[in-house]
Amino acid sequence: MSDTRQAQSTARPAQPVYLDYAATTPVDRRVAAKMVPYLTEIYGNPASRSHAYGWAADEAVELAREQVCALIHADPREIAWTSGATESNNLAIKGAAHFYKSKGKHLVTVATEHKAVLDSMRELEREGFEVTVLPVLPSGLLDHAVFEAALRPDTVLASVMYVNNETGVIQDVSALGAICRAKGVLFHVDAAQAAGKVPIDLAQLPIDLMSLSAHKIYGPKGIGALYVRRKPRVRLEAQMHGGGHERGMRSGTLPAHQIVGMGEAFWLARDTMDADNARIQSLRDRLWAGFQKLDAVVLNGDETQRAVQYLNVSFNYVEGESLLMGIKGVAVSSGSACTSASLEPSYVLRAMGRSDELAHSSVRFSIGRFTTEQDIDYAIEQVTQVVTRLRAMSPLWDMVQAGVDLSTIQWSEH
Amino acid sequence: MAYSDKVVDHYENPRNVGSFEADDDNVGTGMVGAPACGDVMRLQIRVNAQGVIEDAKFKTYGCGSAIASSSLVTEWVRGRTLDEALAIKNSDISEELALPPVKIHCSILAEDAIKAAVADFRSRHPAGADTLVSEQIACASSTR
Repeated sequence: MSDTRQAQSTARPAQPVYLDYAATTPVDRRVAAKMVPYLTEIYGNPASRSHAYGWAADEAVELAREQVCALIHADPREIAWTSGATESNNLAIKGAAHFYKSKGKHLVTVATEHKAVLDSMRELEREGFEVTVLPVLPSGLLDHAVFEAALRPDTVLASVMYVNNETGVIQDVSALGAICRAKGVLFHVDAAQAAGKVPIDLAQLPIDLMSLSAHKIYGPKGIGALYVRRKPRVRLEAQMHGGGHERGMRSGTLPAHQIVGMGEAFWLARDTMDADNARIQSLRDRLWAGFQKLDAVVLNGDETQRAVQYLNVSFNYVEGESLLMGIKGVAVSSGSACTSASLEPSYVLRAMGRSDELAHSSVRFSIGRFTTEQDIDYAIEQVTQVVTRLRAMSPLWDMVQAGVDLSTIQWSEH
Repeated sequence: MAYSDKVVDHYENPRNVGSFEADDDNVGTGMVGAPACGDVMRLQIRVNAQGVIEDAKFKTYGCGSAIASSSLVTEWVRGRTLDEALAIKNSDISEELALPPVKIHCSILAEDAIKAAVADFRSRHPAGADTLVSEQIACASSTR
């Protein structure tokens, strides 16, 4: 493909090209269609045992439960509906820690976990639990020896996410779970980004608790589930008290329309996962190939142990927010401080040993079911243009071109 | 993040991007910020024999507000004496660009860049054309 100088070679789409599937996904139209009747026609409370309205809603909820189980090979009695993976993480971590506190008060997790896990752990620390947060290798992977060494006789629970939301790095939860089993430690896995992207077989995986989310795989926002193993039995202290729903694990009227949505999304994922992944992989490869034509571009996250949907790249010497501002026609996320509410650069990238400037220059592209080749080509074009323009404006790029080693500069800290 | 029109304008059409010749003796260069903070501004001012800034150039690594702040500054310092340039306050910059509170620090950095550029120029031209008003001897009447 020749490098055309036509600035508008790829027509700008009316809405920005969406490459932020890791943040959320559109609800698949087939899923939405299934949900609607439960808003206006089959509107009974699934807990109403005495009339047909309730029975119909309950039937739909139980069917959805089976659909979720089908994707992850679980038993319906092992699923508790929640408001999302954040709540599932809270319930798993706080619920298990409180229930088993007479056994021990030590917990283990990883520096690259989602805030829902890290913050739940921090809350438990405030209550008097002890938490070990493990570092990761530059690839984002956990060192298994380090993990094993952190587990103590008084360790109750370890939490490791399956697929990382910023980099797509896949942890070997099978091996880590086996280590936990051998030491009598409960193993919780946040699979919010994993379900529908990588195969999950809970009949084989030694995992005790697993958090699931609907809106990451073309289901609605506001609904998720927590898998709680029955054999061997895992117990939890409920975090939401009330009518005793979900076997006492999580009270609250079940939103049938949401649950139907989640069930349908998981059911569709079962069918489409392999084909989706193959297509997405080739799109991702195309995107990466396009970026590699630029200098000083760094991939964040292990090359092979990474879900195909994710491409987290640092464009050195260009700040992330200014890059995002320039690629207005493309919707993505950045690890730059300026784009986070806290003004801190991505803690995930920092945990991987990335310098602040590489964290500030990072952009996460995430591809999904509806991404087209045209979308990819447009993104490459936009990013190339903007990176080139911003580098021409960057004093850092200037210095690097002149052969200056930036690590030797004495910066004036502001 | 909603950007003000002026920030967008400076971002899309930055003024005076670039650098002066390295051996130009009439240029003061200020570099402030740090890559670790996500903000680095390099401001250069070329000062004439009368002590007036006749041209300015900038390069910035930073967000849209940082780019806009430094671009604006290169416009504002032109035609000013060094002291007049030093009088530019970050509040003027942030007001002009309608910066939200979380971006005020970008305007502060731009103000620092001016100070750094002026200081750099003065370090090489100590008793130069920019005679300071304050150097004038105070009225001696009280020493009677």
